[in-house]
Parts: sequence; structure tokens; C-alpha cells
Amino acid sequence: MEALIAIVIGVLTASGVYLSLRGRTFPVVLGLTLMSYAVNLFLFVMGRLMIGIPPVIQENATYADPLPQALVLTAIVISFGMTAFVVVLALRARAELGNDHVDGEENH
Amino acid sequence: MTLPIIVAIPFLGAILVSWLGTRGRMLSAYATTFMSFSALMLLLPQAQTVMQGEIVLWRYDWLTSAGLALSFRLDGLGLLFALMILAIGLLVILYARYYLSEKDPMGRFYAYLLFFQGSMLGIVLSEHIIQLLIFWELTSISSFLLISYWRHREDARKGARMALAITGGGGLAMLAGFLLLGEIVGSYELTAILASAEQIREHPWYLPTLVLILLGVFTKSAQFPFHFWLPHAMAAPTPVSAYLHSATMVKAGVFLLARFFPALSYTPEWSWLVGGAGLLTLLIGAYTALFKHDLKGLLAYSTISHLGLITLLFGIGTPLAAVAGVFHIMNHATFKASLFMAAGIIDHEAGTRDMRKLNGLWKYMPYTAVLAMVASAAMAGVPLLNGFLSKEMFFAKTVYLTEEGTIPWLPIMATLAGAFAVAYSLRFIHDVFFNGEPIDLPKTPHEPPRWMKLPVEILVVLCLAVGIFPAWTFGPLWASAASSTLQADLPAYSLSIWHGFNTALAMSLVALIGGIIIYLIRKPLFRWHENSIAHIDARSMFQWLEQKLFGFAAVLNPILHRSSLQRMVAVTMLAAIAVAFAGFWGFGSITGSQPLSPVDPVSLVAALILIGAAIGTVILHRQRFMALLMLSVVGLIVALTFVKFSAPDLALTQLSVEVVTIVLLLLALYFLPSIPPRESGAGRHTRDLVLAGLAGVGAAGLAWAVLTRPYESIAGYFLENSVPGGGGTNVVNVILVDFRGFDTLGEITVLAIAAIGIYALLEGLRLTAPEQDYDGRSWNWDVHPIIPAAFSRLLLPLALLVAIFVLLRGHNLPGGGFIAGLITAVALITQYLANGIEWTKTRMSTGLPPMIGIGLLLATLTGVASWLFGYPFLTTTFTHVHWPLVGEFEVASAMMFDLGVFMVVVGVTLVILLRLGQLHDINRPENVVESEN
Repeated sequence: MEALIAIVIGVLTASGVYLSLRGRTFPVVLGLTLMSYAVNLFLFVMGRLMIGIPPVIQENATYADPLPQALVLTAIVISFGMTAFVVVLALRARAELGNDHVDGEENH
Repeated sequence: MTLPIIVAIPFLGAILVSWLGTRGRMLSAYATTFMSFSALMLLLPQAQTVMQGEIVLWRYDWLTSAGLALSFRLDGLGLLFALMILAIGLLVILYARYYLSEKDPMGRFYAYLLFFQGSMLGIVLSEHIIQLLIFWELTSISSFLLISYWRHREDARKGARMALAITGGGGLAMLAGFLLLGEIVGSYELTAILASAEQIREHPWYLPTLVLILLGVFTKSAQFPFHFWLPHAMAAPTPVSAYLHSATMVKAGVFLLARFFPALSYTPEWSWLVGGAGLLTLLIGAYTALFKHDLKGLLAYSTISHLGLITLLFGIGTPLAAVAGVFHIMNHATFKASLFMAAGIIDHEAGTRDMRKLNGLWKYMPYTAVLAMVASAAMAGVPLLNGFLSKEMFFAKTVYLTEEGTIPWLPIMATLAGAFAVAYSLRFIHDVFFNGEPIDLPKTPHEPPRWMKLPVEILVVLCLAVGIFPAWTFGPLWASAASSTLQADLPAYSLSIWHGFNTALAMSLVALIGGIIIYLIRKPLFRWHENSIAHIDARSMFQWLEQKLFGFAAVLNPILHRSSLQRMVAVTMLAAIAVAFAGFWGFGSITGSQPLSPVDPVSLVAALILIGAAIGTVILHRQRFMALLMLSVVGLIVALTFVKFSAPDLALTQLSVEVVTIVLLLLALYFLPSIPPRESGAGRHTRDLVLAGLAGVGAAGLAWAVLTRPYESIAGYFLENSVPGGGGTNVVNVILVDFRGFDTLGEITVLAIAAIGIYALLEGLRLTAPEQDYDGRSWNWDVHPIIPAAFSRLLLPLALLVAIFVLLRGHNLPGGGFIAGLITAVALITQYLANGIEWTKTRMSTGLPPMIGIGLLLATLTGVASWLFGYPFLTTTFTHVHWPLVGEFEVASAMMFDLGVFMVVVGVTLVILLRLGQLHDINRPENVVESEN
């Protein structure tokens, strides 16, 4: 399972990096979203892969690590805020500059 | 408490005066006078205590763990400087009132002046050396503003920039020195530092510490080889020069020499560095001053030379020499301030400062001439004036060193510098007031207004009074300053005019006669100087260096910054990958010792789908709609991953965020070109694939390395204290709203800021909406389909109920403000999607932005409320409540906080999506609007 998760994180990172290097705003937004998935997953599994023991206090003695979960929870919401901001920035740039290239001009 | 107020008054005054300046020139002058005067009045009552040898201390602990505190100190040395800063400041304020012309904005001038005054007071009254350094840098900034006050003049701007570069750079070096000093002593407090002289001098870091601090001192006090900024700072209005270059700015450096004298001196390194720089500066300054045709240029180099003299006195390093240094600081301040003011009057009334044109002014302004003559006689060191006394002490100290056998030629050097001082003082008087008739003056000179002369008169009277009755006038103040400089009882000294016929007196006589001779043979000397040394100019070296630096930046800039985001991202990625892979270096085996857990078939399939969808997003990224669908698959599987690995809160959050993200991107897609051109060449694709591959391998490797290693967590504390301390069983939620509530408050603030940013970006945005999709079908503006519309309306109350349920149970079971907020947002967005904006808008309040503010306020107030009960910010409390039908449960104050989070999340999400959605309505093509109803 560990190898699977590592591969998933690797693929998400690679896809995210590749897309964020594209020239148009929309793929860059997609790339950033993929990268935030990768980062969130990475942070989350720092608490290791625990199955069936959510950090809700009950009778049992072992729980998954709540700390990375709390970190990632806010990270998810913040990434949404960031994605929204970047999207709107892209729209504004398109309106002001007349194109959707990340450099603000065509034919780079 | 008085000390911080004294320092604060000028700063407050600066703000007040800059505002008053817009309402009337005189108003700002009066306010400035009042501010300086009240600071002085607060200082005077302290003087009595300090002169009896006490030290007034005031401190306020700030970051004790980092050794940072706000602390002030008033001792004899500080008192002397504070008095000079405030008293001469008052004279300068009066003088400037008459000096500045109608065109010069007076409020701005006085605001800068007060800003500078406050910074200077901060330096001389600081007990904490880091705090001292902050004020030190503030003087650099405020003097930059003052020097460039006439900002339309290029020489003023250049001079100011040079002063800032040199003194600011020196300040940085001094910061390093102070940090080392703090490390050696273990404290940044002056009291501790002055008490640990032995420890500092024997420490291996002594030399670097000394050199770094001296760099700051020398740059500020214009010591060779950093002296060249001072003459260029003369582009400032003359009141500024009179203030900065007599009593304040340049004296800050020698103030530090005096301040740290007990801690750093008495070593050969100190003597050579300080004494050497002082001697060179003394000679170079005195020599160059003679050849300056500009009145202020002459005074500038004379200032440099006198600063060199003071530095040299401290460099000699005996207690008596240091005492003489303190004495000369006072004397130089009085006569140099009056000379600058006199030069300003001449410039003001005659229209030029060029001594080749200014001749024979005695006829036009005899009164000013007398004042200037007395002051420059003090500068030359003529008996019965204050300059004579300290110069005599200086000569005596050099002789003393010779008798010790250390430096036999020092008295000769001192006498030579003295002779040049006599010569340039003579030139100042003879060239300006006598020596024939004025040549081509822009205006006919006359005496200045009455009140403009007053500051000069006061200072000149002081020169005389100190010169004739030294012990009666400044004796006590000086004694207390000198003993606090030494941090010991004063050695035996004699403050009188007549010490009998001794070597020092002989040197004075030789200097006097030599100076007259030098002045008499000035013409051949000038010619010789013009043809030889005049071309050596430290300023041109500085400019050369500056140009080289700018040139280097100009070469470097296009390489690193190509104004292409794409390239910058690639460079950043490359750098990040390089740094990350460097971490693997010497790491050993990537695989750790931990046993692996088995893979189940469902997980394998899910992972394969995720990988397929991620790669699909990449491959299909030009078909934007398809790519978006692929992306949503990735998001769903990530949510399932959270479910699988015991994170129900995360799964819920991820799911609801996924919905809003996809809606958001769909809305955005509408306005972006649907068929992007193909543009990247094969080279760029390969480059990006390599970068992406490396990043992926690195991330996977790192995850693998961590996951196969043993696991230690700090979560135990949170798990143990969640129920007893936070009153909730859902530990993730308790961490968010309680243990790390402050972080969460920060995070919802970030969200709110993002929403405001988006709101502003969308303001007035006009985009052209497409009329066709990329398959050429024309856009469909049909009414909203009836079935989803009906279902969504039915669903709304249910969804809201679920949201409230999730919010309420969040403290104990998966849920909470974030998730409930997102669910609510999704429920409301569904209405817009299914029924259209027009329909929904009439049925729902659109006052969403205030909701964000209210939510933030609620969360903050929950935190503040704990102050009322004497607990730290955001301490939560909880109690057990019995609710009929529901039963016994706990209510924590953290729930109010969570409610704030909830409101912010709902507000932010809806604001973002609705604003984007409204854009569609605004920008829809004209011809289809009709068909909508």
C-alpha cells in the first residue's frame, strides 16, 4: 500500500508540474489543483496509513494521527480560495490583455 | 516612563506637523517648536538626577525569550547628547523658519526634521543595542529625506542616495557587530555590555566585532575612507546641514565610540583602527577644506577633519583623551552649527556660496561678519574660545603619547592639521568679508531678518562663554558626560584657560603662525593642488563602483528575469528540484525498515483510476472541458483515499470543495478561449516532461522514504486532552477550533482576503462571452429545465438541515464549521444552477459580503471573550447541557468560533461563485437576452 500511495503522489506531482509549465492560464490552474492534491495527500500520509481508526475518541486505544488531518483540512479550503483567486486573475488578465497566455502576450 | 515619552514626542510631532503643514506654514513651525520644546522640558527635570551620577533606566519586556525589550537609559553622556539634539534643534527650527522660501513646503520640512530628531534621541537614549540600531537606521532614512528635501534638484537626490548607501551599509555591518557583541556578553543591554569589558576583549570574536561596529561608526561619522558622502550631503538646505553636521547625524558615530569606549577600548587593535582612521581623516579633511571654493564645502571638510580629531582622541585610548573627546564633541557642535547658519545667511542674502565671488561683504553685513568671525576663530582654535580649550587638550594628549615613546611624530601631524584649520578658518573670514569687492552677485547682500540671527548669536555667545569660563558653564554637564563615558571616576583634569607655558601652547602658536603662512602662500598652493591631488576623488570611485554594480545587475537581470512567467516557473521548479534532490544526497537507502501493509484490490483499482485520470488531465488539457471532467475524477478518488485511511473530516471537506471547485472552473471556462492554440515546441515539451518527471520521482521517493520508516507523533497530547481540555471527541475539530484556534482564525482571514481580492478583480470586468461552443453549436439560452429546478427546491431545506446537523455535531463527530459551510454553499449554489440567477436573486438575500465580516468578527470575539475571564486569547470553555429528546451533550464556547468559521466559508464561497455567475448575465450576447423568458 505504501508503494501505491507513493506512486500516486508522484504521478499527481508530475502531472501538476507539467501542467503548471504550460503557456495558457487554464491548464496552469488545473496543474495547481493537481499539485495541491499531491501536497495534501503527502501531508496527510505523514501520519501513516491507518485503516479504520479515525481520531474520534471512543473506547479503543489507538487512533489515526489527528494533527496532519487538521493541517490538511484547512489546506483543502485554502487551496480552494487560492484556485478561485487564480481563476479570477486569469479572467481579469484575459479581459485586460486580450489573451489567456500566462505571460500576458502571445507568441513567447 | 518619561524617557520613552521624550523619544516619542518628535515622532508624534512629525505626524502632526505633516498634517498641519497643509493648513498653514506658520502653524507647522509653531507646532514643531512646541513639540521640541516639550521634549526638552521633560528632559530637564531628569538632568539633576543624572548629574548626581545616577542612571535613569526604563524597560518594557517584549520578547524575553529572544532577549528583546524596549529599554531606555539616561546617563551623563546621553543627557549631553539629548540636550544638544533638542537645544540646537530648537535653534535650527527657528532659523529654518526664515531660511525656507515661500516655494518650499514647510510642513514637510519640519516633519522630516522631527522624524530625524526623534531617531537621534532614540540612539542616545537607548539601553538595548538592537533598539539603538533601529533608531540608527531611522536616522539614515530621515537624513536621506532631509538631504533630498529639494527633490527637484539632481545633486540633492544623488547626495541623499549616496549618504543613504554609505550610512545604511555601515548600519548593516554594525548590526552584525551588535549581534556578535550580544552573543559574547549574553545580553543586548548596555549595562551588561559595559560591565563585561574583560570578557569582550579576551573573546576570539573581539576583532570581527570591533571591525563591524567601527564600520558603522566610521560611515556615519564620515571617517576616511567613507568621508566622501558628507560634502555631497551639503546639497541639503542649510538648516539641515547645520543640524545634521554639527550636533547630530555625524556625531552619532562618535557617540557610539564614547558609548562603547569602556567595553571595547584599551587594546592595540582599537588604538590602531580608531586612531589611524581618526588621524587620516583629521589631516585629509583639514587639507581639503582649504581648497574648497564653496562655503559649505569648506565647512563640510572642516567637519570631517574635526570628526577625525574626535575619533583620534578616542583612538589614543587613555581616559583623559576620551574626556577631551567628549569636550570637543560639545565645542564642535556649538561653533559648527553657528558657522553653518552664518554660511546659510550669506547664501540667502547674497545668492551664492562661491568664495571666488563673495568678497568684501563686511560693508554689507558687518553684524553677521562679527558673528562668523568669532565662530570661525573658535574653529581655528584661537584662545578665549571653546575650540581653543579642546584643541589644547588634544595637543597635550599627542605630546603625552610622544613622551610615552609610542608615536613620536604624532604632535607634528597634529600641529600640521591645526595649521590647516587656521588657514581655512582664515579663508572663510578673509575671502568672504574682505579681499576686495563682490563679483557678479545675483543680489545685493544685506543683513538678514532679526530672528534669523538670533540662533547664531546664542551659539556664538556660548562659544565665548565656554571659552572664557569653562568650569562655570558646561563644567558639571561635561563632567557627568565624561564620567559616564568612562564608566569610572574622572581622572584628574584641569578646565582652565591658562596651563602655563607648555608644549601644547607652543604647538598652538606654531599652528597659528603656520596657518597664517599657509594662507599667505595660498595662490601657488591652489595651483599646485589643482594640478595634482584635486583629481583624486573618493566620490568618483564610489560612482565607479555603483556603475559597475548597476552594470552587473543589468547583465544578471535578463538572465534571471525574462518577463516570462512560464520561464520563471521552470527556473523555480528546477531550483526546487535541485534543492530537494540535494537532500537525498548521502541519505543512504531510500527504503526504510518498516514492514509494508498489504494492497487490497479495491485500493489498487482506485489508484489506477486516479493515475489514469491525472494523466488524462495532462493529455487532454487542450480539450478543456474533458480535462476538467478528468480532474474531478482525481478529486473524488482523493476524497475516497481520505475515507479509506481514517480521515472522515477530510473526506467530507474534499468532497464538498470538489463540487465548488468544479462549478468555479466551469464558470471560468465559459470566458476562456475554448480551443487554445498549440504552441509549445518539441524542445519545450521535452524540457517540461523532464522537469515533471524529476519532480514526480522526487515526491514519490520522499513519500516512500517516510512511509517505510518508523513513526513518532506528537499527537498524544491532543488525543489525551481533547475530551478533558476541549470538551469534544472529534480531535481534528478540537484541534481546529481550540488547540490551534489561532491558526484557524488566520486561515479564515486568508479566505476572506482572497474573497475581497476576487471581488475587486471582478469589479467592472467586461468579457466577451462566446456565441458558439467549439463544435460550432450556438449557445443555448433555454429556460432552466423544470425537473432539476423542482428537485433542487425540494432539496434545499434538507441540505440546510444536514449542514446544521454537521455543524452542531462537529465537535464530537466528523463535521464542523468548514464542512457545514461548504455543504450550505453547495446547497445554495444548486439553487442558482438549477433555477438561474434572476430567479434565485429575488428569493434570497444577496448581502453576502457582510456575512464574511460578521463571521470573522464572531470568531475573533469568541477569542477576545476569554480575556474577560482572565484567560489567554481563544481559551475555550464547555459545559454539559441536557436537551429534551436529544439528551445530554456538551456545549463548548468553541462552537461559537466554529459558527464564525462556518459563516466565513459560506460567505466566501458564495461571493466567489455568485460574482462569477453574475458575470455571465452581464456579458451574455445581446441577441439572446430576449429568448430567456
